[in-house]
Amino acid sequence: MKSENNTPIKKDPWEDLKTFTNARIALGSTGNAIPLDEVLQFRFAHAKAKDAIESELDIVDFKMEIESWGFPVWEVQSRVNGRNEYLQRPDLGRKLNEISEKELQESQQEFDLVFVIADGLSANAVNQNAIPVLKELLPKLEGYKIGFVLAKMARVALSDPIGILLKAKFVSMCIGERPGLSSPESMGIYTTYAPQLGLTDERRNCISNIHSNGLNSKEGASLLFYLIRQSFAKKISGVAIKINLKELLED
Amino acid sequence: MAYKHTIDQQTFSFPDLKSVLAKASPFRTGDSLGGLAAESNMERVAAQCALSEIPLKDFLNEALIPYEQDEVTRLIMDTHDEVAFQEISSFTVGDLRNWLLTHEVDTQKLSNISKGLTPEMVAAVSKLMRNQDLIAVAQKCEVVTQFRNTLGKKGQLSVRLQPNHPTDNLKGIAASIIDGLLYGSGDAVIGINPVTDSVDIVGDQLKMMDEIRMQFEIPTQICVLSHLSTSLELLDKAPIDLVFQSIGGTEKTNASFGINLGMIQEAYEGALELNRGTLGQNVMYFETGQGSSLSANAHWNVDQQTCEARAYAVARHFDPLLVNSVVGFIGPEYLYDGKQITRAGLEDHFCGKLMGLPMGMDVCYTNHAEADQDDMDNLLTLLGVAGVNFIMGVPGSDDVMLNYQSTSFHDALYVRKVLGKKPAPEFEAWLEKMGIMDEKGERRSIEASHKLLKPL
Repeated sequence: MKSENNTPIKKDPWEDLKTFTNARIALGSTGNAIPLDEVLQFRFAHAKAKDAIESELDIVDFKMEIESWGFPVWEVQSRVNGRNEYLQRPDLGRKLNEISEKELQESQQEFDLVFVIADGLSANAVNQNAIPVLKELLPKLEGYKIGFVLAKMARVALSDPIGILLKAKFVSMCIGERPGLSSPESMGIYTTYAPQLGLTDERRNCISNIHSNGLNSKEGASLLFYLIRQSFAKKISGVAIKINLKELLED
Repeated sequence: MAYKHTIDQQTFSFPDLKSVLAKASPFRTGDSLGGLAAESNMERVAAQCALSEIPLKDFLNEALIPYEQDEVTRLIMDTHDEVAFQEISSFTVGDLRNWLLTHEVDTQKLSNISKGLTPEMVAAVSKLMRNQDLIAVAQKCEVVTQFRNTLGKKGQLSVRLQPNHPTDNLKGIAASIIDGLLYGSGDAVIGINPVTDSVDIVGDQLKMMDEIRMQFEIPTQICVLSHLSTSLELLDKAPIDLVFQSIGGTEKTNASFGINLGMIQEAYEGALELNRGTLGQNVMYFETGQGSSLSANAHWNVDQQTCEARAYAVARHFDPLLVNSVVGFIGPEYLYDGKQITRAGLEDHFCGKLMGLPMGMDVCYTNHAEADQDDMDNLLTLLGVAGVNFIMGVPGSDDVMLNYQSTSFHDALYVRKVLGKKPAPEFEAWLEKMGIMDEKGERRSIEASHKLLKPL
């Protein structure tokens, strides 16, 4: 089927424009349709994005790694049961289920920093990117009391009840972002100082687009370190903190 | 006012008009998330039965969202056209559905009653209609608008060329514009979604597009889909053809977008004063989408499709050139899958057209919705049959900035071909002059020496 001769495909003589954009331009055509190779590549990208949504947190690996660093780690789940419910009920993804609530309550501990590692819309993104970012960051955080939570079926605001129950001054959540065709494994980090129930987005800071073609783990870690220091200095998070590039570069 | 309906000795009651509307809606996840959906299939049909018997006049007497507390309600009530309403004033919602489908009700008649219909009446009747009814009636509507070309005539299907770039790179955007033009897209508008909504960046994008437009004498309009306040600042500094804004169906929803009716009025008057349209002065471009009100917690327990129709009342007050719902962008918690997106797309198109809007559609989905290109092909074809004014043209249907999938330049060629649709006539003549299309509307082979390929 892949003969070079007699192909009905008309190429577009402006493939050099692809150097300016990663948009799918100069695809060529057969009749009015997109050539099959391009259709299949698109389908492959969509399949990767769909699979990323179904992926699950590597709980065992995360636990082993974090325990080897010497930090306490809890495993929790939101009130969502199953992926379909997760997609339809963001409200349930923001609340802890009863068992998780009880376990965190019984911890009877207080923390400066709690890191939540959450699946969100792409657990693969977090499986790949969370540990490298944390490894860059943790050596800079001496003197802080730190705990970890692994959260399944989580939305961003699940970090509020987690932070409250662990009496955390500051919560930082690594979570899988909605997969795009060109970035199926993109991780975001949301930070909240003094978590409370019912907080909205303007009280959080966000670092987006941590993936192989986006921000790397070093950049992600230095942004997060910057936000931690700003939040502890100003005792707030969210729109009140502007990322000042000059200060950041001097870090 | 309370309503009830009895089926098989079981009586279903509904405390007020908005609960009848919500429970009569075909199932979608957003209404369920809001706790508004019917609790059983039986209850849904009972609500539809009850709704079919409600007189249209009830909608003028019972505001779904209080008049005193919502400026969109005030706009709807204060601008209701009693004269246009006359012919249908004795109808129930069910009568309206049956009447709309009769052969006697033609394009002219639909246009005559348009301003007599409130968005709530239109939403109500759509809930009683099957998909084929939504298509059959929408197809009878014709809403023509003009700026530098003529959009929306029967037999036409136009395309917004959407050349977004993940870092607002001007050359990257221009590359997608050239690609789209060479595939015959761009007659509705060439419209960029900017990553960064700043006066400088938006201004540069407008200047770049206007240069391309003038250099090649393209009979179309340009737009950067920035916040309305950015456009207001740029009115005397950059070439603004159309002012864009996302709008919703309640005052609170619009507040969550950072706008109100007064601001839209100011932008509308400002754009009119520029007098840049050569054929007409439709200077506004609005986007909408089911679910935005609930998402902003601004829905007053009104179902998402009725909220959406109320946004069309906002739009029609400002004689827009273009209005489109971004139907599948919102995500699966509002519209779960291809079936729900398809239904919503047909509803939105029907409601907009019946209210007299130049309705287009972003036929689209996100990766966490249960949908794929096959669902988009279906909805695109259905909307083409229904007479949609315009669709989106995105390179390879993959928007690399907004990270969702829409329709491609190729898709537009497909739907024009299978349904015998044409671009706007002025743009069609330009495509022929530029050697992009032949007189039969078929795309020509483009040589590397083509004029459009020179500037980059």
